[in-house]
Amino acid sequence: MTPLLKVENISKFYGHRIGCKDVNFDLYPGEVMGIVGESGSGKSTLLNCLAGHLDPDTGEVLFEMRDGAMRDTVTMSEPERRMLSRTDWAFVHQHARDGLRMNVSAGGNVGERLMAVGARHYGNIREEAVDWLGRVEISETRVDDRPTQFSGGMQQRLQIARNLVTGPRLVFMDEPTGGLDVSVQARLLDLLRGLVREMGLSAIIVTHDLAVVRLLADRLMVMKDSHVVETGLTDQVLDDPQHAYTQLLVSSVLQV
Amino acid sequence: MSDYNFAYLDEQTKRMIRRAILKGLAIPGYQVPFASREMPMPYGWGTGGVQVSAATLTPEDTLKVIDQGADDTTNAVSIRKFFEKTAGVDTTEETAQASVIQTRHRIPEEDLREDQILVYQVPIPEPLRFLEPSEIETRKMHSLEEYGLMHVKLYEDIAKHGAIATSYAYPVKVEGRYVMDPSPIPKFDNPKMEMAAIQLFGAGREQRIYALPPYCQVVSLDFEDFPFEASKADHPCDMCGATDSYLDEIIMDDAGNRMFVCSDTDYCASRRKAGHVGAQAAAASVALKETAA
Amino acid sequence: MIEIKNLSKTFTLHNQGGVVIPVMDAAELSVARGECVALTGASGAGKSTLMRMIYGNYLAAAGSIVVDGVDVVTAEPREILALRREVLGYVSQFLRVVPRVPTLDVVAEPLLAVGVETEVARDRARDLLARLNIPERLWSLSPTSFSGGEQQRVNIARGFAHTYPAMLLDEPTASLDAANRETVLSLIEEAKARGAAIVGIFHDEAARERVCDREIDVAVFTPGVAA
Ligand SMILES: Nc1ncnc2c1ncn2[C@@H]1O[C@H](COP(=O)(O)OP(=O)(O)OP(=O)(O)O)[C@@H](O)[C@H]1O
Ligand SMILES: Nc1ncnc2c1ncn2[C@@H]1O[C@H](COP(=O)(O)OP(=O)(O)OP(=O)(O)O)[C@@H](O)[C@H]1O
Ligand SMILES: [Mg+2]
Ligand SMILES: [Mg+2]
Ligand SMILES: [Zn+2]
Repeated sequence: MTPLLKVENISKFYGHRIGCKDVNFDLYPGEVMGIVGESGSGKSTLLNCLAGHLDPDTGEVLFEMRDGAMRDTVTMSEPERRMLSRTDWAFVHQHARDGLRMNVSAGGNVGERLMAVGARHYGNIREEAVDWLGRVEISETRVDDRPTQFSGGMQQRLQIARNLVTGPRLVFMDEPTGGLDVSVQARLLDLLRGLVREMGLSAIIVTHDLAVVRLLADRLMVMKDSHVVETGLTDQVLDDPQHAYTQLLVSSVLQV
Repeated sequence: MSDYNFAYLDEQTKRMIRRAILKGLAIPGYQVPFASREMPMPYGWGTGGVQVSAATLTPEDTLKVIDQGADDTTNAVSIRKFFEKTAGVDTTEETAQASVIQTRHRIPEEDLREDQILVYQVPIPEPLRFLEPSEIETRKMHSLEEYGLMHVKLYEDIAKHGAIATSYAYPVKVEGRYVMDPSPIPKFDNPKMEMAAIQLFGAGREQRIYALPPYCQVVSLDFEDFPFEASKADHPCDMCGATDSYLDEIIMDDAGNRMFVCSDTDYCASRRKAGHVGAQAAAASVALKETAA
Repeated sequence: MIEIKNLSKTFTLHNQGGVVIPVMDAAELSVARGECVALTGASGAGKSTLMRMIYGNYLAAAGSIVVDGVDVVTAEPREILALRREVLGYVSQFLRVVPRVPTLDVVAEPLLAVGVETEVARDRARDLLARLNIPERLWSLSPTSFSGGEQQRVNIARGFAHTYPAMLLDEPTASLDAANRETVLSLIEEAKARGAAIVGIFHDEAARERVCDREIDVAVFTPGVAA
């Protein structure tokens, strides 16, 4: 098996401040990797570099295109990269309003990605939107409502539907459960887990919630002060952490 | 007349606008930025169209100005007067006689010819503005041909109204490339945009010019199962009996009596001159005869 | 099936002054197909630690743990996950469940993960839940709300759903009543009979006598005890 994503030496600086430094890893098809670390440790910076939202200062992000070729998404042309973001990639934002069009109906939000790749049959688009709303447990009767009329958890589920409708191969998520209350989180996680399995998705999930990674991630990467301090199988990193910071992180959280 | 340079604008400005027009013609549907000048009329009164007309007119031209199809509205009259005064060109109300036609919100019913130029006044040139407020983002979307959003607008229409309710400024794709706002013409006029004449679009406040060369492909966006329809009121003109023209609905009295008449006043008048009579006109002439008897 | 050589393990407690605790040194273990080996030793001797290292849950300091040709010590996470999916089962002492998933699906999941058809997997899950005396009315509920004993039996059912060629059992009979204990012991015997290599921790001596072929006292691997 060849990796879906090869990340080599990614660094990003904000002036003198370091966003993230020398990050390396491979992600294989179907793998879910969690990124944990304290606030300001560079998780979002790294994710945004990987997803093409930020230009890294060094390094390569090699992605396996549908034809099997590995392409550096940092240096590819913007149209190509934006095409990837509409098709093979998905990005679930922490704040639903960053990932949704708040003045467009739920159906339109889900349908947009289909229309962006050329779907031109209203009935089919709508049918698919309704199907996806169902998969994220939003009733068909809400298809014409705007996200502003949805609860935080529903907005987040809508964002996921909107992202997954085009059958992406790689999903980036930045704190997908942040700001939601615990029972809503559990439901969302369960849903995500099911979708990831069912669709064979690869995913990179940034979170500071160890319960989230325990549940969703196969592998874990721990960041501190812009550096990766530890990586490994999720349960191994959580149950037998090697780095001082990881040990602190794990011991400070009850019952993960 | 001698107080002004020909057609009000100085030669340098006209050159700048002509360059924008030529670029627009070379890239059909692409919005070319230009440095819009102060005109002796407020924005929203066709300053974009007026500047394009000023840069287009030559002393030999005959100008027609219409506002929603009519030659006799205040707006049309004042623009016509403006050019009579500043350019000294002949003016006309007859579509066939005009070499340059400046229009707001209509395309004449009569087919235009290769030796004619149609100049549109455009309030908002950006068709993507409705859903994407960022100019940087919309420019990027145009340059990368990311037009899914345009269909989102149509999708929302159908979801809300059961049909594409957009009836003005209905978006089109030009030569399979740029999505363009045709200015607020009724969608009934959209198919006419594939015409023999040159079409120029001027947006004064937003400082954009775009253009369609003759016989350019202009396709109205739609869905396979909700195809575009160039709809109009299902009624013949009450004055001239025309069944193929775009109609204005006129409320006649407090009792709610109404009448449908061609929005293109020249078209209606010339049909009546040729002897065509609509229902209301016939009734009126009967009434007139009865009074006379 | 399971081949352990020169295995050592230390814990470094960075947040307690960096104290290094060596818990295992030069451990050796070999388990053949159809064989059940019991790990014995006093509390804290390292039985669970060894088992967790075999599962890849704890990181070895040195040595090798080859399970069905894969060295768990050096394998990539995805290789370990594949090993766990296909080859190596683990019945831990506690059930860790995903909220909201019905018991029947919790038990069937390991089968679905190796591509068994849903109905076949569910049938096998029903069969195991029935054998372990989980009342049928509970099958459609999430085990999160179950009693400790019920959760443990769900965990065992899940652990035995797929016919793993190698299995790790951490006190599978602890706190079970006689009937359920009997069921678990016969499940182990069935697994051995089909050729599974099993490593188990049993505080229940009678159970150990009945299903285990050999005992390994992990105390001999404790650093400083047996040199
Ligand atoms: N746009 C920016 N300009 C300057 N510095 C930035 C910018 N964005 C992030 N940083 C800095 O880069 C570092 C990493 O920030 P980042 O947002 O990646 O952290 P994070 O791990 O995602 O934190 P959190 O958990 O709070 O979201 C921090 O020191 C942050 O202050
Ligand atoms: N995650 C850990 N971090 C630090 N030390 C640990 C960890 N896990 C186990 N140990 C230590 O390793 C040693 C062996 O523990 P282990 O749990 O393997 O013993 P055991 O033989 O299973 O005992 P019991 O019979 O009580 O379950 C103990 O000293 C224990 O404190
Ligand atoms: Mg962040
Ligand atoms: Mg133990
Ligand atoms: Zn008429």
